[in-house]
Amino acid sequence: MSTADYSQSDKGQDKRARRWHILVFLLPAVIVYTAIMILPLAETLRLSLFNVVDGQSVFVGFGNFQTLFGEPRWSDSFWNALRNNFVFFVIHMLVQNPIGVALAALLSVPKLRFGAFYRTALFLPTLLSFVIVGFIWKLILSPIWGVSPYLMDLVGLKSMFSPWLGKPSSALITVSLISVWQNIGIPTMLIYASMLSIPEEVLEAAECDGITGWSQFWKIKLPLILPSIGIISILTFVGNFNAFDLIYTVQGALAGPDGSTDILGTLLYRTFFGFQLQIGDKSMGATIATVMFLIILTGVCIYLFAIQRRMRRYQF
Amino acid sequence: MGSTTLKTLLMATSVLASAGFAHAADTTLTIESWRTDDLAIWQEKLIPAFEAKNPGIKVKFAPTPPTEYDAALGARFDAGSAGDIVTCRPFDKSLEQFKRGNIASLKSLPGIENFSPVAKAAWSTDDGSDTFCVPMASVIHGFIYNKDAFDKLGITVPTTEAEFFAALDKIKKDGTYIPLAMGTKDLWEAATMGYQNIGPNYWKGEEGRLALIKGTQKLTDADWVAPYKTLAKWKDYLGDGFEAQTYPDSQNLFTLGRAAIYPAGSWEISLFNTQAQFKMGAFLPPVQKAGDTCYISDHADLGAAMNAKSKNPEAAKKFLSWVASPEFADIYANALPGFFSLSSTPVKMKDPLAQEFVSWREKCKPTIRSTYQILSRGKPNLENETWVESANVINGTDTPDVAAKKLQDGLDSWYKPAK
Repeated sequence: MSTADYSQSDKGQDKRARRWHILVFLLPAVIVYTAIMILPLAETLRLSLFNVVDGQSVFVGFGNFQTLFGEPRWSDSFWNALRNNFVFFVIHMLVQNPIGVALAALLSVPKLRFGAFYRTALFLPTLLSFVIVGFIWKLILSPIWGVSPYLMDLVGLKSMFSPWLGKPSSALITVSLISVWQNIGIPTMLIYASMLSIPEEVLEAAECDGITGWSQFWKIKLPLILPSIGIISILTFVGNFNAFDLIYTVQGALAGPDGSTDILGTLLYRTFFGFQLQIGDKSMGATIATVMFLIILTGVCIYLFAIQRRMRRYQF
Repeated sequence: MGSTTLKTLLMATSVLASAGFAHAADTTLTIESWRTDDLAIWQEKLIPAFEAKNPGIKVKFAPTPPTEYDAALGARFDAGSAGDIVTCRPFDKSLEQFKRGNIASLKSLPGIENFSPVAKAAWSTDDGSDTFCVPMASVIHGFIYNKDAFDKLGITVPTTEAEFFAALDKIKKDGTYIPLAMGTKDLWEAATMGYQNIGPNYWKGEEGRLALIKGTQKLTDADWVAPYKTLAKWKDYLGDGFEAQTYPDSQNLFTLGRAAIYPAGSWEISLFNTQAQFKMGAFLPPVQKAGDTCYISDHADLGAAMNAKSKNPEAAKKFLSWVASPEFADIYANALPGFFSLSSTPVKMKDPLAQEFVSWREKCKPTIRSTYQILSRGKPNLENETWVESANVINGTDTPDVAAKKLQDGLDSWYKPAK
């Protein structure tokens, strides 16, 4: 067989060639993604429309949603969880992300000494397991063995110490701040990366025009990193409304005291899997999961269509 | 070449394995359990004792970790591969297996008559007509105290509520010890070691519990609110920052000798015996007035049932009858001080602390935790709500009356007592 032959037949097929390789290469990813993401999601949505009546699974339409929003006990715990979740998110947006940006700005100062050390130290908590973080902080804040009452005593602030994790008024804020401590590395690193990608020429040009220091940050750097801040906000939003693990390890599945740290994730866990004598209710669990999915979907859509499209991008 | 070797090996093992099955002359019983901690006791003490008396029956103890047990067992029942003997959780979880026909009725099992109706309540149908598990062990509530501390401060063991609070005042005034080692962070300590511990004295044990199920009493009745009023008074005697004190914190505070009294469950005994460096004693939940009948929470925790589809029903029944015998009770209770046999024949305990706990059965009336049978089937779950409200009462978030009202409202929303 000659090479000429080969290329000719190749050409002949070109027009109506089915590009099988595309399908073949996509297939593994599609199969895996369908099996572990799309099917469970579809099944969850389906399950939320069914309920068990007399041992039989029956289609109830939006009956489960009616129960969730209509029955005072269900809706009370749902709105409580949603409110707490919102506070949890707001604290992350107000504390984690601004501090993340500030740390990134400090890290990107060219003359910074021990930069690599700070970077590692700031990112380290993110690598720790939730179980470890929860346990460490429970110990640090423990009124009995914790170092925090001792340290506060050293500077004469012992009277300001209180068992924060055990009080309904302060537990949610405390847990949120623990979560901020753990996750601060992510916004820091993302912003740091986008700050490094700001070309030197732009900054030099700014300096020539007399824009230095703070005004350089506000006028040059901040607009250039805005898209990254947007991405971080949406990541925080999705992460917070899916959060569960830290609350579970620090406050337990009942998210005490008095349900003050109960967020959607812990409510879903208790409903779906049950807890202690409470037997799991798969249909209502799926209903809560569906509502969570819709909340997150709405949030992401608002961001994508209302904010990201209007964001100005700069190309160099 | 490597693969042929592997194949040969696999062939050989499968042939050998099937040969092993074919030649097994003995009947083998497999026990399903979540008590992984008990593996050594079963292998070294219980199984040899049974096998010695019943030649031809071999027993295998095959535990699954507690968090996976219920799901794994359910799957094995569905697949028909569950063991012959199944360890029972109390109340609804086992009742559900019975209703599904997975575990057999043991109403006519020889030996089941050794147990009182209270002992069997955890594994009987709602009307009490049928029983499906042999009760194995229960836990008793009470207070464990630091004897050295009591001697030093010249406190005698309190028997009435007034004496109890006088003792707490004395300990507090002295200042060396935290009077009560309990926290509200984990919620269940407040409910289980607090409310369910002292409560039976107020609601008169079984009388109140059954009346609550019948609907003739309510959680807002004086007898049910009173334990909350007492609990609210505990607040002043707990350690600093008790709101964030966890269950292990409380255990450590007591075993390190920093607290004088520990509201306890008997399951703590083995741990405390190994950790505490001082003499310990135990006392009953104090009664309201001297001379009142005392009630204790003697809560069924562990039972054994027979897989309805077991291939060796005769051997399994023989084994369960042995579990119901005083011999089993004696070995089990002494190997695990703090987990008491529910048998009506009293067991002599070698551990003095455990003996103290179990001796209360002779003078007090036993009951089980009020929220466990029937009342925790709906949403909101009464047991979980009781955790939250007990902690709220001690923290001062809710007054006893408000807490009781919340609980009763929650119960009313789904529970309709049979008329």
